[in-house]
Amino acid sequence: MGVMRILVCVKRVPAPGARIIITEDEQNIDSGHLGFTMSPHEECAIEAATQLSEQHGGEVTILTAGSSASEEQLRYAASVGASSLVLIENSSGNDWDPQRTARALSTAVRALENESGNYDLLLFGNEAADTGGYQTGIRTAHLLGRPIVNAINGIEAEEGGFVARRETLSGVEVYRVTGPAAFGVKEGINLPRYPTMKGRLASKKLSVRVIEDHSEPGEQYRLRLFRPAEVAKETVILGTDSNAAGAVVDLLEEMGLV
Amino acid sequence: MSGILVLVDSCEADATETINELLTHGRNLANQVNGTLEAVTFDPRYTDLAAGWSEHGVDLIRYLTNSSLQDYGPQAWAQGIVQITSLVEPVAVIACGSDRGHEVMANVAAILDAPFVANCLSVMVGEPWQASRVQWGGSLIEEVSVKTALPIVSFALHSCEAKLSKSSEPLEIVFHEIELDSEAIKTVVTERTEKPAGQSLETSAVVVSGGRGVGSADGFDVLETLAGLLNGKVGCSRAVTNNGWRSHTDQVGQTGKRIAPDLYIACGISGAIQHWVGAMASKTILAINTDPEANMVKKADYAVIANLHDVIPAVSHEIVRRNDR
Amino acid sequence: MSNFPTTARCVVIGAGIVGNCLVGHLSDMGWDDIVLIDKGPLPNPGGSTGHASNFIFPVDHSKEIVDLTLESQRQYGALGMQNTCGGVEVARSEERMEEFRRRMTSAKCWGIESSLMTPAEVKELVPFINEEVILGGFYTPSVSAVDSLETGTQMRKRAQEAGHLKVLTNTEVLDIETIETSHGKAISAVVTEDGTISCETVVIASGVWSPKLAAMAGATIPLTPAVHQMADVGPFDVLVETNQELAYPIVRDMDTFCYERQSSGSMEVGSYGHRPILHRVDDIPSNDEAALSPTEMPFTPDDFDQQMEEAIELMDFLGDGEIKYAINGLLSLTPDANPVLGPTIEVENLWAAAAVWVKEGPGVGKLLAEWMTYGYPELTDPHGTDVSRFYPQQRNVNHIEARADEHFNKTYGIVHPREQWNSRRNITVGPVKSRTDDLGAFYFEAGGWERPHWYQSNSDLLANYDVPQRTHEWDARWWSPLSDAEHLHMRENAGLVDLSAFQIFEASGIGALEYVEKMVVNKCDVPVGKSIYTPVLNESGGFRSDLTIVRLQENLFRIITGAFDGARDEYWFRSHLPADASVNLENKTNAICTFGVWGPKAVALLSRVTESKLDQDNFPYGTSQSLLVEGLPVDMLRISYVGDAGFEIYTGTQHGLALWDALWEAGKDYNLRPIGAAVYGTSGRLEKGYRLMGSELENEYNPVEAGLDRNKVKAADFIGKTAYVKARAVKQVAQLCALTMDSNKCSAGYERFPTGSGNEPILTLDGDRILDDKGRISRVTTAGSAPSIGKYVLLAYLPIDKCIPGTALQVLYQNELYPITVATTGRNLSLYDSEDARMRC
Repeated sequence: MGVMRILVCVKRVPAPGARIIITEDEQNIDSGHLGFTMSPHEECAIEAATQLSEQHGGEVTILTAGSSASEEQLRYAASVGASSLVLIENSSGNDWDPQRTARALSTAVRALENESGNYDLLLFGNEAADTGGYQTGIRTAHLLGRPIVNAINGIEAEEGGFVARRETLSGVEVYRVTGPAAFGVKEGINLPRYPTMKGRLASKKLSVRVIEDHSEPGEQYRLRLFRPAEVAKETVILGTDSNAAGAVVDLLEEMGLV
Repeated sequence: MSGILVLVDSCEADATETINELLTHGRNLANQVNGTLEAVTFDPRYTDLAAGWSEHGVDLIRYLTNSSLQDYGPQAWAQGIVQITSLVEPVAVIACGSDRGHEVMANVAAILDAPFVANCLSVMVGEPWQASRVQWGGSLIEEVSVKTALPIVSFALHSCEAKLSKSSEPLEIVFHEIELDSEAIKTVVTERTEKPAGQSLETSAVVVSGGRGVGSADGFDVLETLAGLLNGKVGCSRAVTNNGWRSHTDQVGQTGKRIAPDLYIACGISGAIQHWVGAMASKTILAINTDPEANMVKKADYAVIANLHDVIPAVSHEIVRRNDR
Repeated sequence: MSNFPTTARCVVIGAGIVGNCLVGHLSDMGWDDIVLIDKGPLPNPGGSTGHASNFIFPVDHSKEIVDLTLESQRQYGALGMQNTCGGVEVARSEERMEEFRRRMTSAKCWGIESSLMTPAEVKELVPFINEEVILGGFYTPSVSAVDSLETGTQMRKRAQEAGHLKVLTNTEVLDIETIETSHGKAISAVVTEDGTISCETVVIASGVWSPKLAAMAGATIPLTPAVHQMADVGPFDVLVETNQELAYPIVRDMDTFCYERQSSGSMEVGSYGHRPILHRVDDIPSNDEAALSPTEMPFTPDDFDQQMEEAIELMDFLGDGEIKYAINGLLSLTPDANPVLGPTIEVENLWAAAAVWVKEGPGVGKLLAEWMTYGYPELTDPHGTDVSRFYPQQRNVNHIEARADEHFNKTYGIVHPREQWNSRRNITVGPVKSRTDDLGAFYFEAGGWERPHWYQSNSDLLANYDVPQRTHEWDARWWSPLSDAEHLHMRENAGLVDLSAFQIFEASGIGALEYVEKMVVNKCDVPVGKSIYTPVLNESGGFRSDLTIVRLQENLFRIITGAFDGARDEYWFRSHLPADASVNLENKTNAICTFGVWGPKAVALLSRVTESKLDQDNFPYGTSQSLLVEGLPVDMLRISYVGDAGFEIYTGTQHGLALWDALWEAGKDYNLRPIGAAVYGTSGRLEKGYRLMGSELENEYNPVEAGLDRNKVKAADFIGKTAYVKARAVKQVAQLCALTMDSNKCSAGYERFPTGSGNEPILTLDGDRILDDKGRISRVTTAGSAPSIGKYVLLAYLPIDKCIPGTALQVLYQNELYPITVATTGRNLSLYDSEDARMRC
């Protein structure tokens, strides 16, 4: 393989606290006082891409679809190793449905590949932290005619393709996939690096390529978003110091655990 | 066919429990459409499991094979299911909200360019169909409608209680030799290493989990001791893996493991949403935390408001003392 | 909740560094029924204390702030919560080096060891610094880092263990209830989500949430939440291998408004250099909703980039550190950057304790406990931090945000003692602003009012008088040579002063005499038409104010005070109104405007516009008469703060312009010139040795020491009388003196001019600090030129043995010594016309 060309798709998502507030129209998270991030899976996907490009010589492109504010996530990616940033602008104020997102991403990937050659590897997060649809990567790969395996916890490049691993309850599954290929990455595949100050400052110098999109929407519609009613739970306090051990073991005995 | 096609696979997750929950959803849906519930499976153990499936509402088993398919392959399975759907024309295709269930359904949906609604809590048949599904691991619920000829759905783990729907009866088994293209074969598992049999975090009845409050990698020793005494496993929060104190395989949460033990002991875990959603299916939660208003404490059944490094050794000591009696 | 306290003597809201320290000190002072409430958990309920950088640079130019800071360091140290790591401020500009010389002056004044360093010396201290980008450093070995959370915990526990305190955590305050009183309202209860607590006193120590809580009671605590960015960067071997939390001094990169503070293996980089980012209280998330804590808001990296670049310039290795934690931390900004402490003006027994840094927290706790216990604080005079210092137009979000926006970047800035605000100007103006504008007035703000400080139209006077120029830019900043020229012109002719900013209250009713007698030291039972200049004391016998009262009628007293302390004075007078309705106190500031006409030609000039007789026999000094000026009803008061004969002329604001024009027209024959407040407030008063509240007059000093005692003590009771009588009976340890500079010449060969802003110490000829037997520091309280005698004059309290005219001493200014000599002391500090002949002609 020559220079490995890797493209990672990320999504800007809010970083909420212990209680998520919904907007009055019940369509979105009220992110007024929230910061934004990307899914931990995607941070790991970027790290995996960066590590592969460091090992094999490569370049990492980050692609996102979202509002112009998503530039923050693109720059974050650049501050930890990405070298090229692309935004498919969605100024609608709402997330696109998974079908449309996949159409937009695949159209953009095709356009980018037409300009500067195919990507050897497409990486996605296993699922988005917010909408959790588990499908954008898979749909995009299908539209691009690339094989994809989701939920992977390990990836290595080998001659002609990639070896990916998925940890399951019973053991580890190994997927040997010829390139070009796509994978959905799970957190735990690596411990992503934090940006350095120099990385951050360098990321400011990259330009963001903005792509317009006219994809057709899909067939899934949000009716409303809400917080499930909280079941008022009276927590039984067993104690406030180590003397609580007796009460704890009583409970364990009651449950038949000791 | 005017029924529901359900992907059943015993190889993943807490198989029996989650399959029974999935089938309960499937039966429910089949009843809504006055149709049958047909299991589609690649699972060679189907003959052993058929009785249990039947009890939970399955009317028919479709066993799919292909000579070049020796193991799991998401795109191969999806191609097979797509072939069955065109053959039997089900009302909907459903699966478990597991890695495989999500992955296969997403591939099916991608092939058919149809919507896929993941992690549903309930599905209402109608024109259009509506579903309520979880976001943020269950902290939020989204209601969606889908305009499609063939709804494709996965059900969130632990989203219903498994119910027996009828007495077990021998099931008709239909064999299907499916066709696979070369692309689909690319993503079939080529090797696997089996873990030694034993408990995992997901199957353990007791999980002793630590958060930032544990303070260090060594701090987990006391949790290991207690877990050992309770025949349980040690878990952790994302803060812990981020600090490099434990491996990500121990992480409970939205991007880690979703577990449902009988007892979850959360030690020094504040209970951020991303952690809570991994543990909320636990039957009983005991929180040990210095902060009485930590989210974990508020949501727990029981709590000890104290330093975990004081309490846990005392609990271990007390267990040993009583055992010695 | 079964053990919920339904009553308490005092409820403190907020368990940050201030609330915790306050309950500890209240408990020490005998308050035995206190409830401390916080909506968050302990020990970190989520306020600004929880993310504070926790370091203390003790040197400041303000005595009040230094008093609070040093007391705080003392308390942190006593609790074992202080790590004295030293700190060095570095300069990248010559202007900053000059500021360091000013800091050296302050350090010397307060007795804090500090030194100026060359870049090489800084490098020796902080080996990883790039000494090439700095010009020098200001090093203070006593800079420390403290554990504010644990200190708070210990202070709280102290009160709990004494059995004086109940603590309610995770308890949100929903309302603060009040009852109507004869003159307003007073605290009655605090309503929480868990129940209502009836109480006598409430203290709001709620940091950024304070305005919201105050509003529940109908009160105002003027502050705004604002962002201070910080990032934790690391790890770095050079820090990790120290195996210490703080092995290196804390570095403040003053010209980039950044600091670098070691935190074990990492470096915390904090900034006050980013754009001001203000939030509204309602925008702060709850503990539940916040991703971190409510006051650790999402980091906005774009705002921090420039600071990062500058930090890397100073410490190259920082660039390779990983940013593991970065926040937009919320802190509280007030309109003038000082804390807001003390009783609120709107609700009796509702106290403010907000906008306090960790470096002042324990000191503020003690100050407030004293204030609440004794009625005044002993620790320091709180006139700069008193919440009642703000006028109504300064208590709203428009003003708070405009000023906070303006001063945020001055947190590490170089703020001149005379520096004026840019924002929120021209919102409070007198009736003749159009005229003074035409005369080229340069305005200073006085208590929110626009007050002409000098007049450009007097430029021609510079040809008549040889007034000193100022060579050094610092000395010449916010200053004009025109002021001295105006002064000299007034001494020879006549000057017209716009005194519209005067704060005027009128006390009337059958109880008015008894009331004003109670409020002030000097006798008010004088004939109608007489004026009384008098100290106002607190119970300790220290100064609360000084002001002039005119008995306009039998039961009508006009109280006239300066613009700077008018709001505090009004609060003081209102809070002491009798419970019955025998006295009505009305604020007439906006209804009445005042002009002053002084100078040898003033009486003749004024005689042209009124038919009343103005000579001393018919209109003696210190008396007031109602008369007509060109047909306009006015009250004229023969008085002088500038040392020349003349009058203050009071009229309805609606007549102000006409009155000004009449005076102006008549003045044409008398060479009348407009005279700015620099003459009225500084040079004129200094030649006469007159005192100013907030400068010479503070609660640490009594009227005897200030030379404002009278031969007799009036029979009527008054606030502070016991202490005053006692002070007169004992030998004083200090006395206010006027001193003159023997030479203003600095080592560079030109003249320097101390600003008199309170931080310039008087030193012995050996260069030692001078403290009196009560430990009070001799320092310049006012400095300014005395053009008529050609001297530069300083006022200062000196120990009694040095209060001898002719005593030779030194003053330290911008870290350089100048010879000075005691000129006058006692009651009459006058350096010019000490017999007051000019005023009585």
